[in-house]
Amino acid sequence: MSAPFAKLPRWADYGLIPLINLFVAFIVAGLVVMLVGENPFRAAMILVEGAFGRGQNIAYTLYYATNFIFTGLAVAVAFHAGLFNIGGEGQAYIAGLGVAFVALSLDTVLPWYLTFPIAIVAAAGFGALWALIPAYLQAKRDSHVVITTIMFNYIAGSLMVYMLVDVIKPLGSMAPQTRPFEAGAQLPKLNWIIELFGAKIRSAPLNLSFILALIMAYLVWLLIWRTKLGYEIRTLGFSSKAARYAGISESRIIIITMLISGALAGMMALNPTMGDQHNVSLDFVSQAGFVGIAVALMGRSHPAGIIPAAILFGALYQGGAELAFEMPNISRDMIVIIQGLVILFAGALEHMFRPTIQTLFASLSPRSVGLAAAKKEGA
Amino acid sequence: MDFLNALVLILDSTIRLSVPLLLACLAGLYSERAGVFDIGLEGKMLAGAFAGAAGAAVTGSAWLGLLCGILVSVGMALVHGFASITHRGNQIVSGVAINFIAAGSTIILGQAWFQQGGRTPALGAAQRFEAIELPGAAALRDVPLIGQIYSELISGHSLLTYFAFLMVPFTWWVLYRTRFGLRLRAVGENPAAVDTAGVSVAWLRYRAVICTGILTGIAGCYLSMVQNAGFVKDMTAGKGFIALAALIFAKWKPVNAMFACLLFGFLDAASIRLQGTPIMGVRVPVQLMQALPYILTVILLAGFIGKAIPPRAGGVPYVKER
Amino acid sequence: MAELAIALSGINKSFGPVHANRDINLEVQRGTIHGIIGENGAGKSTLMSILYGFYQADSGEIRVNGKPVSIKTPNDAIAAGIGMVHQHFMLVENFTVLENIILGAEGEPLLNKSIAKARSELARLEREYGLEVDPDALIEELPVGLQQRVEILKALYRGADILILDEPTGVLTPAEADHLFRILKQLKEQGKTVILITHKLREIMAITDNVSVMRQGTMVATRETKGTTVEELAELMVGRRVLLRVQKGEANPGEVKLSVRNLTVRDSRKVTMVDDVSFDIRAGEIVGIAGVAGNGQSELIEAIAGTRRAVSGTVMLDGKPIDVTGTADPGELRDRGLAHVPEDRHHVGLVLAFEEAENSILGYQDKPQYLNGPFLNLKAIEDDARAKIQAYDIRPTNPHLRTANFSGGNQQKIVLAREIEQDPGVLVVGQPTRGVDVGAIEFIHKRLIAMRDAGKAVLVISVELDEIRSLSDRILVMFAGRIVGERGPEATEGELGLLMAGVEHKEAAE
Repeated sequence: MSAPFAKLPRWADYGLIPLINLFVAFIVAGLVVMLVGENPFRAAMILVEGAFGRGQNIAYTLYYATNFIFTGLAVAVAFHAGLFNIGGEGQAYIAGLGVAFVALSLDTVLPWYLTFPIAIVAAAGFGALWALIPAYLQAKRDSHVVITTIMFNYIAGSLMVYMLVDVIKPLGSMAPQTRPFEAGAQLPKLNWIIELFGAKIRSAPLNLSFILALIMAYLVWLLIWRTKLGYEIRTLGFSSKAARYAGISESRIIIITMLISGALAGMMALNPTMGDQHNVSLDFVSQAGFVGIAVALMGRSHPAGIIPAAILFGALYQGGAELAFEMPNISRDMIVIIQGLVILFAGALEHMFRPTIQTLFASLSPRSVGLAAAKKEGA
Repeated sequence: MDFLNALVLILDSTIRLSVPLLLACLAGLYSERAGVFDIGLEGKMLAGAFAGAAGAAVTGSAWLGLLCGILVSVGMALVHGFASITHRGNQIVSGVAINFIAAGSTIILGQAWFQQGGRTPALGAAQRFEAIELPGAAALRDVPLIGQIYSELISGHSLLTYFAFLMVPFTWWVLYRTRFGLRLRAVGENPAAVDTAGVSVAWLRYRAVICTGILTGIAGCYLSMVQNAGFVKDMTAGKGFIALAALIFAKWKPVNAMFACLLFGFLDAASIRLQGTPIMGVRVPVQLMQALPYILTVILLAGFIGKAIPPRAGGVPYVKER
Repeated sequence: MAELAIALSGINKSFGPVHANRDINLEVQRGTIHGIIGENGAGKSTLMSILYGFYQADSGEIRVNGKPVSIKTPNDAIAAGIGMVHQHFMLVENFTVLENIILGAEGEPLLNKSIAKARSELARLEREYGLEVDPDALIEELPVGLQQRVEILKALYRGADILILDEPTGVLTPAEADHLFRILKQLKEQGKTVILITHKLREIMAITDNVSVMRQGTMVATRETKGTTVEELAELMVGRRVLLRVQKGEANPGEVKLSVRNLTVRDSRKVTMVDDVSFDIRAGEIVGIAGVAGNGQSELIEAIAGTRRAVSGTVMLDGKPIDVTGTADPGELRDRGLAHVPEDRHHVGLVLAFEEAENSILGYQDKPQYLNGPFLNLKAIEDDARAKIQAYDIRPTNPHLRTANFSGGNQQKIVLAREIEQDPGVLVVGQPTRGVDVGAIEFIHKRLIAMRDAGKAVLVISVELDEIRSLSDRILVMFAGRIVGERGPEATEGELGLLMAGVEHKEAAE
């Protein structure tokens, strides 16, 4: 415990430790499976099969992953500035309102390729707007962004129920949702890409938003590591004193970062609405905002880690659905447990195994940990 | 008299709806006054609700059910403590994890054990905490006003309700009149002062977190064994977060906490009761009433109506300084 | 002679590679005031923290009143009759005095009795030692001097016979300090043993019976105070260091570059740290500010460089005002040609998690040569970093290495290279060579003199008196937030030491 930041090789830091944490999370999840009287190995097989077994399943997996890339990026961008945006859920939900306005007013007027860019702007804009108040309160009035974004999730929930039930719902309809979007607000499917590899797909919701998510992942990488703004965000995230010294305005960076974070969370709304259900309905976000926290933690806030982490969670969601068919004792809520365990072990307990691993490395090859080994002996 | 009747009804349901908030809010108070932030109240409450109902259903005893609820909730509180006290992990991240684990495992285990779609079996009278008639309530029923208030508002609640409200002065007493309370408040403000005074910071914080677990467990049991006759999935429905909001709104003080919870309970009761009927010609959306606790808390946090200053060492793991 | 209250033998303590205490022996006689003096980082506080059970020694033995004791926690120390007043008070700010005093020593689970007991005990202590304080006042509403008194009362309430005070006068006004000394003498007369840790020679001479001197983690001498002199102690503290005198020619001062008038700065606790300070710096000269750490030098340069708000006063840069009490921003000052090498390079001057090249533009990230529109011009940044690595002999030479992996001297060179190469008209440097290896010291000094010779104005603060004397063309001495004297580079160490100790200042005032 003397040297929490003792050096490990990069691959151990960014590869080995997250993998061990993930592994432990899955072992505990396996214990839960055993507790309900099922075989965890068979469950794992069904899960993998269900997520990647056929083209159809892969398409579903990537559809879910699309949501999590957006929300994972949203959490990650805020993390880089030292901010914890728990409000992705609410920001994405409110963004649905922006999508609804654009889609309902333009779907019979414009073709989808013109509606889409406008909808992107609307979704990002509404998401950013919902992050703006917590951001402003953090920057100017020192109210903790964690608490305010939680509160804003619930306010968003109430607001959306009101809007969908009392304002947007078509007359005579019972379901709390918008009318179906016409062709002008339906995004093209991407299933043909998977079919290129010889798979057959009946119907799956994978759509153009997936490409948008990948583009956003690239843009986030560009923003954080290649622009002056990203440099300033990272400086603030590492040390607010250094940021002040470098003439970087803390409140400006907090507000801009939260706007970007909210915009990314907001874009998530495009995938289930214009991409799949072709309407905006109650609870369409279904916890994707929170999954983003797990994805960002696992992906170490780097797009190159976030995409595989999002695909992993996409696979859990899709495979979990299949698992619920095969094993009546296990519903999709198993995924929620796994999510929680991943957040616990990869997040809150991320350093639990570090000392052990450092000792292991030190005893295997004292040179590779260099100073750290020497420090340990001294202390 | 009609108006009075309606008012008594609303206040009666205000009390019922405030109880779980109050218990969870006081639970959070112990942990947060000791410097451990807890956004996992919701999860611990949910786990307590499930374990309580499951325990009562299996053993046939409300008291054993309550014990199960408390034990499970304390277990989760200890996980939070292990992550945030022993391993100095991020307390927010740990709280989020607890909420997920509770949400998922209550459904999975419920389905596996009881095969009722994540519900626990309906609880009979012996497996629940029933309403208690206070002495003289029947006799006073017909006395106008005072009799009505006594027999309908004050009498006729479950043991856990009275417990919750008794916890308010008790918590105040613990906090301000006992050695434990003094140290608890100190460790949330300046753990180094406690450490140099020869008191273990970690053990103190663990004890605080255990108190939190006990009370969230009871809060959960109230939901599944008093308000309802069994566990239904997601039955906390954000109450843990309203309790958190109430805690902030109360500026981390026990008596304030009671008033904050009663206020938020009243908003809830009123929104159920009114269901969109107009007040003075204006139709207030139900959703606005539901969102009001959160909106009020944000306004408070922003410092527009007083300032909510959290315990100074809150959220920061204690590391001895060189 | 009298019995020994404390006897330490063979105490060793390391923090990682830093050997903070090396084979320390110390004997403190009962009923005396024993001073422990040494420069910052000499290991005094570490030693006392071991005695108080806050750290555990790696090896060595502690005897209290002749009996060997094992002190693993503050509890053990308290049980052995040792109390400590920390440099940073260990008080709960929104508690009352009484609550703070009983914290951890409540006795029984319920407070009402212990509070009543504490109240009468407090009244007794107040009478006995003249330590008046309102038991029901909130700590945050008390002035610093009274807060310290609460700390002393806390220790006495726990039955301390041996009282350790760690740099007790650092936060006190001179009047408060005098009062503290009267209290300490009173404690001695009542038979208590007092250990006073300080780096102020004046305090040692004023009230101690014996004094032990620490230097670089070792105990170098113990003297009877009556039988020693300030000069001897100063020499013991500093040791016979090799004087690193860098060759430099005559200064050739030109026009005034930086002009400070009536500057007053308070710290976060609202204590006045810089008190009505005025001075000028001209082009082509190095002005050094000497002073014992904590006398306002840090706050002074932070206010000038825009990282801390001043309360009042004006600062002119090239004849135009800097809004030091309002919007002054380090970025704006850099644009106007004022560069700043901060004292704390780990948290302020560098982002240790960044690559070396990223740190080489910190603060200059707005400069067009490092940018392509909104993007960083990585090629330009890397080329620039490589050029600086070469010119300043920074090692290792890889600009993509994380800055945390560089040694202290090389980290300091990264900061200096960044600030000097922007060719500022005024350079403000805090602790130019703190934690820097000997080879780099000479290099850094030469660079600073080269700046001067190129007609720049350089302001240096340092706790190393040698460094100030070797670099400066003019020396200003700060004591208790004020500039108490100006001397030329020929001033002797003793002369400056007396000024730094506030001796001359006090005499002049009387």
